[in-house]
Amino acid sequence: MRWLLVKDVQILRRSPLLVSLLVLYPVAIALLIGLALSRGPERPRVAFLNQVPPGQSTISLGNENINAAKYASQLFQSIQPVRVRSRQEAIDAVNSGRALAALIIPSDITRKLSSGLEPGEVEVVYNGDAVKQSFVESTISSKLADANAALADKLKQVGLQDVDLLLNGGTFDLFGRSVPILGLRATRTIIAAELARLKPGSPERGALGRVDRFARLAVNNLDLSKQALATISQPVTVKRTLLHGRRTPLDAFAVAVAVTVSLMFVCVLLGAGMLALEREENAFARLVRGLVSRESLLAEKVCLSGGCAFAASLLMLVGIGAFVGLNWGRFGLWVAALAVGALAFAALGVAIGALAREVRAASLLGLLLTLPLAFLALVPSGAVAVGVYDAIRVISALFPFKPALQALDAALNDTHPGVGISLLHLAGLAVAFGTIARLSLRRFA
Amino acid sequence: MAVSTPPRAPAPLAAHHLTKRFGQRVALSDVSLDVRVGERLAVIGPNGAGKTTLLAILAGVLAADEGSVSRETRALGWVPQQPAVYSKLSVAENLRLFARLERVADPEAAVGRMLEQTGLRERADDELGRLSGGNRQRVNIAIGLLADPPVLLLDEPSSALDPRQRERLWELIEGQASAGTSIVFSTHIVGEAERYGDRVLVLADGELVFTGTPEDLHAQEPAAARDFEAAFVAFLRARGH
Repeated sequence: MRWLLVKDVQILRRSPLLVSLLVLYPVAIALLIGLALSRGPERPRVAFLNQVPPGQSTISLGNENINAAKYASQLFQSIQPVRVRSRQEAIDAVNSGRALAALIIPSDITRKLSSGLEPGEVEVVYNGDAVKQSFVESTISSKLADANAALADKLKQVGLQDVDLLLNGGTFDLFGRSVPILGLRATRTIIAAELARLKPGSPERGALGRVDRFARLAVNNLDLSKQALATISQPVTVKRTLLHGRRTPLDAFAVAVAVTVSLMFVCVLLGAGMLALEREENAFARLVRGLVSRESLLAEKVCLSGGCAFAASLLMLVGIGAFVGLNWGRFGLWVAALAVGALAFAALGVAIGALAREVRAASLLGLLLTLPLAFLALVPSGAVAVGVYDAIRVISALFPFKPALQALDAALNDTHPGVGISLLHLAGLAVAFGTIARLSLRRFA
Repeated sequence: MAVSTPPRAPAPLAAHHLTKRFGQRVALSDVSLDVRVGERLAVIGPNGAGKTTLLAILAGVLAADEGSVSRETRALGWVPQQPAVYSKLSVAENLRLFARLERVADPEAAVGRMLEQTGLRERADDELGRLSGGNRQRVNIAIGLLADPPVLLLDEPSSALDPRQRERLWELIEGQASAGTSIVFSTHIVGEAERYGDRVLVLADGELVFTGTPEDLHAQEPAAARDFEAAFVAFLRARGH
């Protein structure tokens, strides 16, 4: 096997164009995919739970009434709402992939917003998938920004009315009672008149008592105005709940995608091409006629393609790590994820090479098979119909891209599922594709 | 029809009742043979007669559905019809690779010997892909001879060669035979079988229809045959092939 490896390395050294394409093509594809990740589906499906009791969807701000349903309908123009009846049902919808995320409106939101003193809070539930988070976050954040801007405008009007009341006087609605407010200007007039009329030490306490009450009320109102002004900045806030793992920054996830795509292409194209080359050069029959066993030949191709892809993708990861903040403390897990991923992809590559039997056919089949699989594996749940997504999940599980991506994402970002499960999945696929390759070699010569 | 020659010396290679099917098609049917030390056995027959299948089974590349092959030694050289060489490697690199895979005791000495015998010393560093078909075939044969095997199987070695290259090829093969190597070669050039074969084995539609010397075959159709090729054609026609 050693001499076959030496021979294949010599052949690769004499094919600089092929090797360049093998490196540049995956990098270009990886960059395209990374860019594409910043855009989500037009209307992601989001589980929607409105816990506000019927008839209490109106927010009262001063003399203004705002119907919260108006903002919900605006949000529904950007998402496909999947209406659920409980928080658990919302979480189940996210877990099952029926919805991309869940948006929960708590029952006390209108009360909090009506108070004008504390922000309302909505809850968004994700499952830790960076792409899904990005799609939903951008959509919900955009719509919440619209709602916040509108509410802030109303709160500002209320604040201005309060200030006007303090300055000019009027009536203030307090617990259903209409309280007359003198106003600072009138107060000044009264005090000025009293000061002009009264001698020092005069017991005219009535007018001064009114002044005293107003002063206290004015102080209280000014305190409340401070809180109201704080609320104006963001009337509605978002509470984020992750069901699994931790939040993956999109750039770190894009790194995992880019490196996995490169790993896949180099492994599959090299493994398939180099095995098919043995037949195309008519050397296969000569080799397996007692010089090398079929198993050794497959193992050599897996070592060659997997080794080259592992080295290239590790270099790529280390290079990217210089610019993107990656957790170098998990370097051992990076290596494990890349190594087992390379093994599984290489096994897929030699299976393709054994089935196709010609270099050009093997390369074409490798591309035709792996590229759509990579894109399928990146389709977020909720972006397509449930049945279609289930089919995509099954197909993705049958090929190494999805588990390799999950393994690398977990190694880089500590996401769900963990590295161990994905590595076991990959090892199983490596055995399966290795077996397919071995069986296909029966008709190879 | 199965014909075997009584062994006068231990046969380094023998096949017994070989049958091979590809789906419904019978490629070989009950073929037996043996090869003597230093003998040149020519396998001839029309296209699709089963020549390549027979040599592939003898070489161990294909498995027979029925019958068996007995080899006195594992060291059996095989030269496939299409050159089985790596076109991106040089002549010397190809020879060195296969010498190592054959576990030849001194690979470099074997490479040097083969470069001399094939007359490719000056082209040793040229990539195979840049050589002519004839030179590629010489390298192909040299690889089969690297381990100095007692039996050499050649599948249509002279096809795609010009007359001068064929002449050099047969000089090389005759040199090996005179050194004691048993040679089994298939060819569709009947004249080569007459000229270079000690014995001919005629296959038609997968069946062994004749084995003997070229003179014996010629004698089968004395009236119709102006030459060996005409005798061969008449022989097959008379038997419905």
